[in-house]
Amino acid sequence: MLVFVGKRILELLPVLFGVLLVTFAVTRFTPGDPAILMAGEDANQALIEATRVRLGLDQPIPTQFGLYVIRAVQGDLGVSYVRSVPVTELIGRALVPTAQLAGIAMIITVVVGIPLGIVSAVRPDSIWDFAARIVSLIGVSIPNFFFGLLLILLFSLALGWLPSYGTGTWRHLILPALTLGTFSVGLVARLTRASMLDVLSQDYVRTARAKGLRGVTVVYKHGLRNAAIAIVTILGLNLGSLLSGSVLTEVVFAYPGLGRLLVDAIFNRDYAIVQGAILVIAVIYVLVNLGVDLLYASVDPRIRVE
Amino acid sequence: MIATLKENPIVRELVRSRIAQISAAVTAIYVVLALFGPQIAPYDPTQLQTMPRQGPSAEHWFGTDELGRDIFSRMLVSARVAMTVGFVAVAIGFVVGGIMGIVAGFYRGWADSVIMRVTDVLLAFPGILLALAVITFLGPGLVNTMIAIGIGGIPGYARLVRGEVLSLVERDHVTAARGLGAGSVRLVAKHLFPLLFSSLLVYSTAQLARAILAEAGLSYLGLGVQPPDPSWGGMISSGQRFFLTSPFMAIYPGTAIMVLVFALNLLGDALRDALNPALRRSGG
Repeated sequence: MLVFVGKRILELLPVLFGVLLVTFAVTRFTPGDPAILMAGEDANQALIEATRVRLGLDQPIPTQFGLYVIRAVQGDLGVSYVRSVPVTELIGRALVPTAQLAGIAMIITVVVGIPLGIVSAVRPDSIWDFAARIVSLIGVSIPNFFFGLLLILLFSLALGWLPSYGTGTWRHLILPALTLGTFSVGLVARLTRASMLDVLSQDYVRTARAKGLRGVTVVYKHGLRNAAIAIVTILGLNLGSLLSGSVLTEVVFAYPGLGRLLVDAIFNRDYAIVQGAILVIAVIYVLVNLGVDLLYASVDPRIRVE
Repeated sequence: MIATLKENPIVRELVRSRIAQISAAVTAIYVVLALFGPQIAPYDPTQLQTMPRQGPSAEHWFGTDELGRDIFSRMLVSARVAMTVGFVAVAIGFVVGGIMGIVAGFYRGWADSVIMRVTDVLLAFPGILLALAVITFLGPGLVNTMIAIGIGGIPGYARLVRGEVLSLVERDHVTAARGLGAGSVRLVAKHLFPLLFSSLLVYSTAQLARAILAEAGLSYLGLGVQPPDPSWGGMISSGQRFFLTSPFMAIYPGTAIMVLVFALNLLGDALRDALNPALRRSGG
């Protein structure tokens, strides 16, 4: 097991290096001089030069990248060009609301998406399967920002039950979490259905049925337990759609999370934040999926051997 | 020719399945609208016509937007924008990712390692994030939106093609062709690519849906297609500002995206079932 953990972590290093390289390149080679952006348009030449030296922009590019990596590893992502606040502080503040939002959306996904997929798979081509497939297909087809607007129209404007934007109470979280969760519910239901169908067509399931075990026992003991690995993997990858979807959801509901911080920063050309936010999201995503891999390797010895 | 056409699993599925027919028909309607939309459009999509934010009427079927432009005409032109971005973005992923996958799967070795690490890195940026990173670099606009979304499609194609090639090169007909002295290019073009076609077609249908959703999302954020060019996403964004009084401004384009993406996903499922009978027998 330890060898497996070590190997997986080693494999991660080139990916993290690549992620650092991409985030560095995307923001460093963007048109516009960061020193001017940071010092201000009307700054004199001396101030711009001083800023350039302070940011390390007078160094050769490889040195700059080296410094970026060393600082990023130490948790220093630079300073916002626009607000002169450390980027880690801004990201830290935005991360909590996004984590709440994604967390609730993930719960919705697990509670709705997985049962939907199981119902589909247990009675393929039944009316239940048909209904569940339509629901999950709508889930992956409706643009989430549009779905969010429809929810606002119904629950905020027409019924007046829930706030349409902002943050503060749990009621503020309901509509954004539903909006964010819908795509994931559809995605996870579709993938759960596929992996359950796969497992339920295996010989040992037929044997279990032939032995005369009850349908429920077969589905849960023989079906779900064996499909669980695939489903947990799906949930890990699904975090990607939650992190990505949160960008649009947060903009629709003016929700102060990481996604909106990123979009605002792109508009303000605050590349320090853009770089930091994309880096943090990618690293979270990669680490969670590493966690998922290790989790099921600890449960299923077959994976470790391979 | 007719016999082979009937044996084609895709044609067979289209004949057999009502769902496949409907989804293919809806997709075809959108393609026609994308091709001829600007000619069908009753008004100039960027010209002010009448009073702003008029509800649907005989003159303006879907009403007018915040500047008094005809929403129906704007939606027709947006269909072309969405389809163009979708097809070009998918083509970028298909060509670049496909070549990467073939090289990785066919030549193995260090090329395979390097290509797979590159896809790992691209896959670390989930969904729209990679596109946002590219847009930060390139700036917004129609062409850059295609590139940004296209790059996001590369790793998926690379992995799909690599996996298929790895299993296909073991097949007897490839070994036989190699034994007869076929070169790499001939092997790939004549003996591998035709067998890849069906899985690439299924995957591309789903990718087209993904690309159209991504374009809508980027344009909604204001980072995709730029005004005065119309886009469904941009129309929803401006509709949101008048959502209390004129919700139709956002609802028409939103529905247009949803119906198209739904039809594409449905078509993708139907094609997958048609090309993979094992899945269909188990109800997939």
